[in-house]
Amino acid sequence: MTWDWAFAFEIFPRILQGVGVTIGATFSAFAISLTLGLVLTLLRRSSFKPLSLTVAGIIEFIRVTPPLVQLFFVYFAFDMGPFLTGAIVLGVHYSTYVSEVYRSGINSVPKSQWEASRALNFSPVQTWRKVVLPQAIPPIIPMLGNYLIILFKETPLLMGIYVTEMMMIARSIGAETYRFLEPITIVGFIFLVLSYPCALFIRYLERKSGQIPGSAEKGVKA
Amino acid sequence: MTELAENLEPAREVIVRYNNVKKAFGNNIVLNDLNLDVYKGEKVALIGPSGSGKTTIIRMLMTLEQPSSGTIEIDGEHLWHKEVNGQLKDADEKHLRKVRGKIGMVFQQYNLFPHMSIMRNCTEAPIHVLGLSKDEAKERALQMLQKVGLSDKVDMYPSQLSGGQQQRVAIARSLVMQPKVMLFDEVTAALDPELVGEVLEVIKDIASEGETTMMLITHEMDFARDVADRVLFLDNGLIAEHGTPYDVIENPQSDRLKSFLGRFNSAH
Repeated sequence: MTWDWAFAFEIFPRILQGVGVTIGATFSAFAISLTLGLVLTLLRRSSFKPLSLTVAGIIEFIRVTPPLVQLFFVYFAFDMGPFLTGAIVLGVHYSTYVSEVYRSGINSVPKSQWEASRALNFSPVQTWRKVVLPQAIPPIIPMLGNYLIILFKETPLLMGIYVTEMMMIARSIGAETYRFLEPITIVGFIFLVLSYPCALFIRYLERKSGQIPGSAEKGVKA
Repeated sequence: MTELAENLEPAREVIVRYNNVKKAFGNNIVLNDLNLDVYKGEKVALIGPSGSGKTTIIRMLMTLEQPSSGTIEIDGEHLWHKEVNGQLKDADEKHLRKVRGKIGMVFQQYNLFPHMSIMRNCTEAPIHVLGLSKDEAKERALQMLQKVGLSDKVDMYPSQLSGGQQQRVAIARSLVMQPKVMLFDEVTAALDPELVGEVLEVIKDIASEGETTMMLITHEMDFARDVADRVLFLDNGLIAEHGTPYDVIENPQSDRLKSFLGRFNSAH
């Protein structure tokens, strides 16, 4: 199969129309995973054992089943429409990974910070909001960014449930014209153009994360 | 009334009372049947080898450790318990928050909040716990930071200060809450020797003002002698000797205390 530039230029705008859906699905799913991930982390830390064990079980279950299977299951089990189903399923799936990231961030906050909060008589909620999370989150921002990119690259899965993102459009073009090379290559190219700068930005954040105030008790260690 | 209180003036008011308090971590008994009264305004120094239980005594009062048995009272109220129909029940978070407000603590490692400026370190709790307005909290914080000689550092972050300065901020942060009882857990132990003096001076200043009850764990014997009304020597989870600083530090009775103090004399 030879590469046809004229055909490639002709279909490029059509594929580009799917970018909005791809990005929209990525950010909706990521917003869900950031929020739900934090909730899962906090529930998992509950001292009420039945609750923390149940949550740990749910996390494990979601993590060990393929997202594509989950997409199909939710798509056919609940009538929510393709886009909403996609955003929710990917969001929930990634929340289990994100929850692990939060956990590492929270564990990196020294026990002494909890004790200082108690000595100042902060309520548990105030301790989380004012002391623990502001120190737990800055160091994990690069890791969260990595998951954003991975999630972005997984959105072609959504074509399985007929979300009209880029991959879905590319496949339709292929089905109409019997030319798959150009549309698929263009999709890959657009993904590259979008994710590479993000990856660079995250690497920059990683280098900088040592300098984010509150990422470590520098003064004490020095 | 416990035996420790016998020699003191009867008119003085008890603010902290430990009743048959035991604390064990697993099979390891850290405190064995502690009975202790601390009086309003009194400065009590706790000395003793590490592992003797002195830190546990003040950590239980700060509600950082729960006693295995026995009761602790603060200002006439049970700390770890709540009276329900004349019976003692384990206290809930609401009760703990109410009584905990009477106590403040300064830690060995300062434990400032690294992501907050010095001013915010000192105003966050007054605003959100005591419900002061921002201006009131700032005014009060500035007063206390002046007292510890750091009012020019309000916009800096903890990591930009020396250990001695951080510890003085930690003292100010605790003072802003106006606790009735202040606990000091080896507050100079993590400091470079040349920074110890500035922190001890600040504590002496506060102690000389009189009203605040203080319990201080220290390895600085000169400091204990200067500041304390009473010195307790802890050994193996028991109060092995107690009395005025003169009694305990200058005139030790037991061999254990003599050898403990000997280590400090030879170090000088």
